[in-house]
Amino acid sequence: MQTQTVDIRNKVVEEDKPWKDFMRSFLRHRSAVIGSVIILFLILIAIIAPVLTPFEYSAKSNDLMQSPSANHWFGTDEMGRDIFTRVIYGARISLWVGFFAVIGSIVLGSLLGLIAGFFGGWRDAVISRIFDILLAFPGILLAIAMVTILGPGINNAMIAIAIINIPTFGRLMRSSVLRIKEEDYVLAAKAMGMKNGRILFHHILPNCWTPIMVQGTLSFATAVIEAAALGFLGLGAQPPEPEWGTMLADSRPFIQTAPWTMIFPGLAIVLTVLGFNLLGDGLRDIFDPRMKQ
Amino acid sequence: MGKEMQTQPSPLLKVQELVKTFPIHGGIFSRKVGEVRAVDQVSFDVFPGETLGLVGESGCGKSTTGRSILRLYEPTSGEIEFEGKSLLKLSQEEMRRTRRDLQMVFQDPFASLNPRQKIADILEEPLIVHGIGNAKERKEQVLELLRVVGLDKHHASRYPHQFSGGQRQRIGIARALSVKPKLIVADEPVSALDVSIQSQVLNLMEDLQEQFGLTYIFIAHDLSVVKHISDRVGVMYLGRMVELTHRDELYQNPLHPYTQALLSAVPIPNPEVNRERILLQGDVPSPADPPKGCAFHPRCPYVMDVCKKERPEFVDKGNGHFVACHLIS
Repeated sequence: MQTQTVDIRNKVVEEDKPWKDFMRSFLRHRSAVIGSVIILFLILIAIIAPVLTPFEYSAKSNDLMQSPSANHWFGTDEMGRDIFTRVIYGARISLWVGFFAVIGSIVLGSLLGLIAGFFGGWRDAVISRIFDILLAFPGILLAIAMVTILGPGINNAMIAIAIINIPTFGRLMRSSVLRIKEEDYVLAAKAMGMKNGRILFHHILPNCWTPIMVQGTLSFATAVIEAAALGFLGLGAQPPEPEWGTMLADSRPFIQTAPWTMIFPGLAIVLTVLGFNLLGDGLRDIFDPRMKQ
Repeated sequence: MGKEMQTQPSPLLKVQELVKTFPIHGGIFSRKVGEVRAVDQVSFDVFPGETLGLVGESGCGKSTTGRSILRLYEPTSGEIEFEGKSLLKLSQEEMRRTRRDLQMVFQDPFASLNPRQKIADILEEPLIVHGIGNAKERKEQVLELLRVVGLDKHHASRYPHQFSGGQRQRIGIARALSVKPKLIVADEPVSALDVSIQSQVLNLMEDLQEQFGLTYIFIAHDLSVVKHISDRVGVMYLGRMVELTHRDELYQNPLHPYTQALLSAVPIPNPEVNRERILLQGDVPSPADPPKGCAFHPRCPYVMDVCKKERPEFVDKGNGHFVACHLIS
C-alpha cells in the first residue's frame, strides 16, 4: 500500500517540453510548412541578392524593354535595368518594411492593450476610443494621409503602416488580458504579494502571446501589400529604389508591350503575401486548443 | 455581535461584520442597477494553530469571504484584524508585504499554476518578491519545499501540465508554504481531486500544520472533509454565517435549522441505518434580493413571525457555540 502511494505521487505524465510539442504539430501542418519554406526562401534571396545577380539594381543599360532571356531572366525595364535584380533586391525592402512595421505595431499596440485591459477604468476608455478612431478610417487612406504629412519615403511609409496596425494588436491584447487576468494563477500571484509590474510581465503577458504571434504573421502580409500600395501611389519608396509597388506603377504604360515589367514584381508580392498567410493560418490552427488531439 | 467571552488565547485573525457586495450593471449605459450581497455581515475569530472550516452550498459566499480576508477582493465594509492590526487600513504596499503571513491554496489545481512557468520558478517567485535569501539559498529552499510536500527533486524543471491534479495541488500548497505564512486560506483545496487523492492531500495539510504551526481557514462544501480536518466549523447560508462552533458540537448538536438540514444530507455508508432526512423546500434565494429578516425564513420548517421581520443576531449560546436563529434564545 505504502509503495503504491509513492508510485502515484512520483508518476509524471510523460510529455515533451512545450517547444518540442509545438515543433511536432508544426511539422505536421502542411500549410504552415509551405508558408515557412516560402518565407525562408525569400529571406535567403534577400540576404544573398548580390551573389545571385551580376547587375546593380539601379544600373541603366542600352538593353531597353528586353523580354526575358538567358542574360536577363525577367527581362529589362524602360531604362534597361535588369528586372530580376530589382525583384530580388525588392525582397529586401518589402521584408524590412514588413518586419519593422509589424514589430512597431506589436510593441505599441500590445503595450496600450495591456494597460487598457489590466487597469480598466478611464485608461481603458481613452485607449479604446483612440483605437476606435483609428479603425474608423480605412487603413490605406489613413496611411496615405500620414505619409502626406510626414513626407513620402520608405521609412515614413513604414511608420504609417505601423500606426494603422496598432489598434489590431491593441484590441487583441486587451481582450487576451481581460481573459487572462481573471485566471486563478494571476489571483495567486497577487495573493503571493507580487507587484503589478511583475504580475503583468511575468504572468499575464507570457500567456497572451499566442494570438499576437498569429496576428503578427498575418499582418506581415498586409503590411507588405500596404507598403507596395504606398509605393505604387508614389508615397513609399522613391525611385530608383527597387520597391515592388513602385515597379508596378512604373510599368503601367508598358503593360501591353512589355508585360514582364509588371508580371514579375506582381508575382513577388503574391508569393510573399501567400507565404505569410499560409504560415499565419497554420499557426492559428496549431495554437487552437480545439485542434489538439 | 462580537462576544469574545471565551477562555481562549487572543485570535490570530478577527473578522467583524465583513460585507462584500458586487455591483450589477445593466441598461444601455451599464449603470449600477443593483448589487449582490455575496458576504453579508460575517463575523468570526480564528485562533492560532486551529483549523476553521467554512461550509455551505455553492454561492453562499464562503470563497468570497476567504478572498475578502486576503483583500483579493476589496471588502465593502467591516473590519479584519490580523495579529491585532487592521488589514483594511493598510496601504497597497503594506498589504503586499503582509501577504507573506497570509497565503492561499486554490480550488482548481489546473488553473492556479501559470502554465508557462517551471515548477522551480513557481516556487521561487514568492521568495524573490519578498526578498528571502540569495539565489543559492532559494534554490535549496525550492528543493526542500518539493521534498516537504512529497514531490521529487527532478520535478523542479517540469511544467505544470506534466503533472496530475493531486501533484499540482501539492505544488500549490508548496507555493503557499514557501514564504512561511502564519495563516493559510484553503479554498476548497481538495474538491477538484479524486477521492483517493483527497485524503493524501488532507493528510499532507495536517502534517504541515503540525510541522509549521499553521493556522487554516478551510473552505469546503464537503461536510465529511470538513469534519475530518477542522477544529471549529462555521456554516454559511446566503452570505451569512448562521452557526459556528466546535466540530463535535456542530455535528452532534446542530442548533440552526439549516445546519440540521445540511447535516441530514450527509450520506451514511450503512444501508441499515434509518434516519430522518430533512428536505428543504424551494431554492436558495438570490443574493441580489435576499429575504427580509432571517435569510433562511422562506425555507425554514420552524418559521415564526419574527423571522420575517428581524434579522437574528449571531450570538454565543454558551461554550463558544454561535448561532443566528430566533428559535434559540
